[in-house]
Amino acid sequence: MSSPVPMPRLLYCRCAYAQVVPQETKDAVLQHLSEGDAAFDSVADLCEMSARRDPRLKALVAAGPLKIAACHRRAVEWLFHAAEAPLNAATTEIVNMRTLSGPDACARLDVPEIDPSAI
Amino acid sequence: MSPGIHILLSEGNGSTRLTGGRRYSILTDLLDRGYSVSRTGSGACLTPDDDTLLVLGEFPGGSAPDMEDSAGKVNITARDITGLDAGGVSSLVEKSRGDRPMNQPGQWKPWFPVIDYSRCTNCMQCLSFCLFDVYGVSTAGKIQVQNNDNCKTNCPACSRVCPEVAIMFPKYTAAPINGEPVSETDAKREAMKVDISALLGGDIYSRLRQRSDDAKTRFSKERDAGKALAERKKCLTKLVSDGFIPADVLASLPSPEEITRKAAEAAEKARAALAMQA
Repeated sequence: MSSPVPMPRLLYCRCAYAQVVPQETKDAVLQHLSEGDAAFDSVADLCEMSARRDPRLKALVAAGPLKIAACHRRAVEWLFHAAEAPLNAATTEIVNMRTLSGPDACARLDVPEIDPSAI
Repeated sequence: MSPGIHILLSEGNGSTRLTGGRRYSILTDLLDRGYSVSRTGSGACLTPDDDTLLVLGEFPGGSAPDMEDSAGKVNITARDITGLDAGGVSSLVEKSRGDRPMNQPGQWKPWFPVIDYSRCTNCMQCLSFCLFDVYGVSTAGKIQVQNNDNCKTNCPACSRVCPEVAIMFPKYTAAPINGEPVSETDAKREAMKVDISALLGGDIYSRLRQRSDDAKTRFSKERDAGKALAERKKCLTKLVSDGFIPADVLASLPSPEEITRKAAEAAEKARAALAMQA
């Protein structure tokens, strides 16, 4: 029997440097995270971190399963790769705030399991 | 540039639990100013050894305790935020950051190409096309983004020359350049590209080359730099009106001689890289 996958860390991207994620969606998700009990990490902008190869991205990947509320999966995956912090496809899920509604994105974050098809 | 500071909202273990609304307003204000923030329980994994961890909380008596990293690697500072609104908390953080440099939102838009290596065939078209030295080749002969600061904001031209739709600009608005999945239609359209000039619907690159040649001729015959510049401006103005490249990108293009030199250099790099793979 395989060992259970630990609870994923939640990572929220604010897309503060360009605002391509709809404001109402990213606000709804942040509000949801703020009102819940779960611990989470939030960053101003994953693109900006990738651009300067921020070592925090490596630290996040090394810490285990991740659920990332950000934008398009292909973009997030290769942004991490560009920062020399490739994501583990089996233990990472991307919640796309660019296409999902606020409630749908929040619902995905509430599910404790990783959906491997999401990356 | 990294602010070298990570913020932890401390709730519990001696500090008061914040209300959801207060937590939300503090987080929003800090994130919109470019800071990363963790909420208690997630640990300090976002904090590499060279960072400062700033712990914010409502502590008993309004006094933050002294804290230190047992491993002695991370510099930890605690601040009490009792009674401060979101703006007040952010001011406190700014003060704690001191003179550490930081790219704050509004200063630089993170605009640079991101390569989808699951699609990239290492054809080096992007290397040949970009006039700003954004691309380079790794020691293993692989195309890579080496100087993303050189990339011209809002210019996605290299993604349009990529025959495999492998170049993304996540801050771009339209698919598939923004990172959305590449549809079959996208892939087919890109495969039909014959060369860079055809793509730009009327051929930016060949026009530039043409202007470069014309300019060289003029330089040799007349030595009139002014005329050459006027000619280039005429060409660039046309390209701006076609909407292929933002005006400020065109304004910062290298001189025709420089373009020729860069093209030769890029071709040499590409040749060497492709030879390594052969």
